[in-house]
Amino acid sequence: MTEPPAVRCAGLSHSFGASRAVDDVDLEIATGEVFGLLGPNGAGKTTTLRMITTLLPTAPGRITVFGVDVARRRMAVRRLIGYVPQQLSADGGLTGRENVALFARLFDVPRARRAEQVRLALELVGLADDAGRTAKTYSGGMIRRLELAQALVSSPRLLILDEPTIGLDPVARSSVWERITEIRAATGMTVLVTTHYMDEAEQYCDRVALMHAGRIRALGTPAELEADLGPESTLDDVFRAVTGNRLESGEGGIRSVRATRRTARRLG
Amino acid sequence: MSVPLAAPPAVSADPGPLERLRVLAARVGAMCLVELQKLRRDQTELLTRAIQPALWLLIFGETFTRLRAIPTGSTPYLDYLAPGILAQSALFIAIFYGIQIIWERDAGVLAKLLVTPTPRAALVAGKAFAAGVRALVQALMVLVLAAILGVALTANPLKLLAMAVVLVLGSAFFCCLSIVIAGIVLSRERLMGIGQAITMPLFFGSNALYPVDLMPPWLKVLSHVNPLSYQVDALRGLLIGTPAHLGLDFGVLAAATAIGVSVASALLGRLAR
Repeated sequence: MTEPPAVRCAGLSHSFGASRAVDDVDLEIATGEVFGLLGPNGAGKTTTLRMITTLLPTAPGRITVFGVDVARRRMAVRRLIGYVPQQLSADGGLTGRENVALFARLFDVPRARRAEQVRLALELVGLADDAGRTAKTYSGGMIRRLELAQALVSSPRLLILDEPTIGLDPVARSSVWERITEIRAATGMTVLVTTHYMDEAEQYCDRVALMHAGRIRALGTPAELEADLGPESTLDDVFRAVTGNRLESGEGGIRSVRATRRTARRLG
Repeated sequence: MSVPLAAPPAVSADPGPLERLRVLAARVGAMCLVELQKLRRDQTELLTRAIQPALWLLIFGETFTRLRAIPTGSTPYLDYLAPGILAQSALFIAIFYGIQIIWERDAGVLAKLLVTPTPRAALVAGKAFAAGVRALVQALMVLVLAAILGVALTANPLKLLAMAVVLVLGSAFFCCLSIVIAGIVLSRERLMGIGQAITMPLFFGSNALYPVDLMPPWLKVLSHVNPLSYQVDALRGLLIGTPAHLGLDFGVLAAATAIGVSVASALLGRLAR
């Protein structure tokens, strides 16, 4: 029997009122790869992630995560997933260590292993020395790394990151990606990431899918997609060709801008 | 990268009923612990929140004790009032917990919590009992103040324990009520408005300040469907030894909390969308 893929989506559709956020998406993510879901704001990336992470119903489509049906066995699927949402979502009133320990408890990491597992997760993201400080004293990049630790503490098989570098400065962006790459190398876990930074996708993703208006318009390794378009093209060019040059479309825009602003305010 | 994390989990079997209960208890424990961790660093808030109940006891309580306007039998009015103010301070904390849920929804925290293997009811129960833990810490301050003012409080540890249970149950119910409202209105501003609009009738339409016998008939009806009345009745009976219907009080509070948790968790999906 062959291993099931990390994620298999078939016939995925989802509408918010009259607007079709995800429109008949088929997708397969192989075990152990870093898969990038790319597209402009409102392309349907986050909605797709929310369906994979059990937050939205999958019908009429079907999703399996490591062969487990998402609609039928939500709790079992959640135990396989580590999820980092788009907004900076660590609790500023808790220390780094407490933030991670909470998720160790929520994932039933046995008490005997908990402290060690929390320490390892913090070490993996380079926050061991800052673990005793409250998260509100962290920089944006540190909070992102803390959230990675929160997602990693349960040793998930699939790490899902929604725009992990949004709103971060270039140094923090590359440090977050370096951590993701190291973690993948150390654990072999599958990584599913959404981004609209094409340079990041080009550099760090094994395969990418370009989404636009709810559909997948291109799928392959960054090199394949660039070669398809012509010599000397970049992923940026592929992106432009697929989206018809429009960076902003749909209604995801305003809400995510608002969310980002709120985050910025909260972190002062 | 020398030390990988523990081996990833295998696909787990579907949990049985015992396992579900264990998960519920574990999640409630985890969230109460977080609440305590935050409270430890939030002592200013603890103090500022103690001001209002302190003023009720000091100004309203002391004045009305002298006025002797409210017939409380052989119980001094301040003693009669103290359990009411205890319940009130817990109510005021719990009724705005929905704001936290809406904030967590906007900050992505709620989505992150919902992707953990935590059933919605366990998440709501966790929040509700965390509100209870906060109310309990707050209650300690009110109790100390009441004792300083000369209120004859019980020293029986069993009764104090029962008082803690009553406070936690009451706060858990009002926290669920707040989450229900949050799930309906979906905005902090509207929740603030509704919260403020209902706390006063809940408080004045209960036995917290005066015996229900003094009320006009229609207000008596309100008082009888108001869980706060049962909470105050139990607190009063336990703390200062007035006659109380403890069995009924516990039953109403436990049932109200159970209903609150189920309605709030049904509405959690609306918040997560």
